[in-house]
Amino acid sequence: MDSTTTTPNPSSEVSESTVKNDKKKITLSHRIHTWPYLVRMEFLTAIIVMLGMTVWAIGMDAPTEQPADPNRTPNPSKAPWYFLGLQEILVYFDPWYAGVVLPTLIIVGLMAIPYIDINPRGNGYYTFRERKFAISVFLFGFVVLWLSLIVLGTFFRGPGWNIFLPWEYWDPHKVVALTSVDLPYMLGARQESTMFIVGMLLVFCYYPGGALVGQLLLRDTNIYKQLGAVRYHITAGLFLMMFALVIKIFLRLAFNVKYIWVTPWFNV
Amino acid sequence: MADSNKSFFTHVKESYVWRSMFRHGYADTPRNRILQISSNVFLHLHPTKVPRHAVRIRFTWCAGGVTFLFYLVTVVTGVILMFYYRPTPEHAYADIKYLQFDVPFGMIMRNMHRWAAHAMIIAVWVHMLRVFMTGSYKPPREFNWIIGVVLLVVTMLMSFTGYLLPWDQLAIWAVTVGTNMASATPLLGHEGPFSDLIGVDARYDMRSFLVAGKLIGGATLLRFYVLHCIFIPIIASILMIVHFWRIRKDGGISGPL
Repeated sequence: MDSTTTTPNPSSEVSESTVKNDKKKITLSHRIHTWPYLVRMEFLTAIIVMLGMTVWAIGMDAPTEQPADPNRTPNPSKAPWYFLGLQEILVYFDPWYAGVVLPTLIIVGLMAIPYIDINPRGNGYYTFRERKFAISVFLFGFVVLWLSLIVLGTFFRGPGWNIFLPWEYWDPHKVVALTSVDLPYMLGARQESTMFIVGMLLVFCYYPGGALVGQLLLRDTNIYKQLGAVRYHITAGLFLMMFALVIKIFLRLAFNVKYIWVTPWFNV
Repeated sequence: MADSNKSFFTHVKESYVWRSMFRHGYADTPRNRILQISSNVFLHLHPTKVPRHAVRIRFTWCAGGVTFLFYLVTVVTGVILMFYYRPTPEHAYADIKYLQFDVPFGMIMRNMHRWAAHAMIIAVWVHMLRVFMTGSYKPPREFNWIIGVVLLVVTMLMSFTGYLLPWDQLAIWAVTVGTNMASATPLLGHEGPFSDLIGVDARYDMRSFLVAGKLIGGATLLRFYVLHCIFIPIIASILMIVHFWRIRKDGGISGPL
């Protein structure tokens, strides 16, 4: 036997401190000088990016259209491309929700992420296995509900906000039948008051109903116990609001549903 | 006479004036590597040593740094554009044409400003995606994520206010579509739910507060100009200072160690 492979140290205290020292050594050896190793990477990146910027700026001119004329509305009038996801959502929700409440919820929801995602794993490295739920929800929101709606609004929407394929002629007189109905009407309600009540029930069953049912189902799980009631309800609320958009898009595209709940003050 | 063998540059580098400006030599020693960072006001944003994974493009995508670079590009080109641009309905459009056709390098400055602004928005999203995917918002970096979200919104607002300034059809109608949303604000917009409870109208509500009146006009142009060139960049710069400072204070770049 080699002399270096000695018997385990009987004193646990000593072995613990040895481990600690080893860890510290590893940490120190993994640190490298910022100059030149990081600075040169930043400098290289900056040069490459600026090269690309210059080529882009020489090769492609910023758009200039006719002078501003408040009396001539272009059809379609599009918001800047980065807001076209929100403009697309105007098809499915009224402006008070799509243009004001939803953007606010997106911003607040993003800010809440570090406080509702209490999973300590996956801090500082790439992993999917250790944070399946968080990554799935975020990527779904970012790629499907934000980026793909921007692509839809930018390349597939023409006059009258009708759908056109990118190579199709933008016919300003394209007629699309407006056959959308409200969900309570579809379900058989005919009187205004019944439609109001059916709509209200549907909305309240979804939220807070959905969140409360989830609470009952998850009550005894470890996830719920770690989250606590407050964090659970914030998470569930934000999640349901995000999913409401998916439901509304599906109902509109598949069944031509316009509103779920019509009230004298607002429509959902 | 021995000094005559030294080159001109060595004389300069050993001069009193030079040494008053640069406190350390350039020879590649560990001490100088540290001083290069710590004695430079711009570079001392960095720690003098970083974890090995911090220089890996695969880990950082360099997205935050590239975002900042795009911001600097828009600041530099934006200041140049400001020399030739008057924010009034009579002059704005003509000044853009002047920039494009008469001002030396005016077109490329305008192009660079616009494309860098668009690129900055994309870079901010990519940066957010990378920070999310590495879980870097987790403790102790929760608050820096919040500042990051505010910076994301501020970046889009900077771009949006700048969108109006060319004063062409694209500009006013995009801003009309965007600001019309404000009139649907619950309670505070004249077309929003429950607005009659507050008693707002088209002349005095959330939208007219943003666009300075009932219609997009000269007052809107001036308002967006000031927001675009002064107000929001100052807010953004302050938030960036806090954002960068917090990276250091929260333990440097996130990592598995």
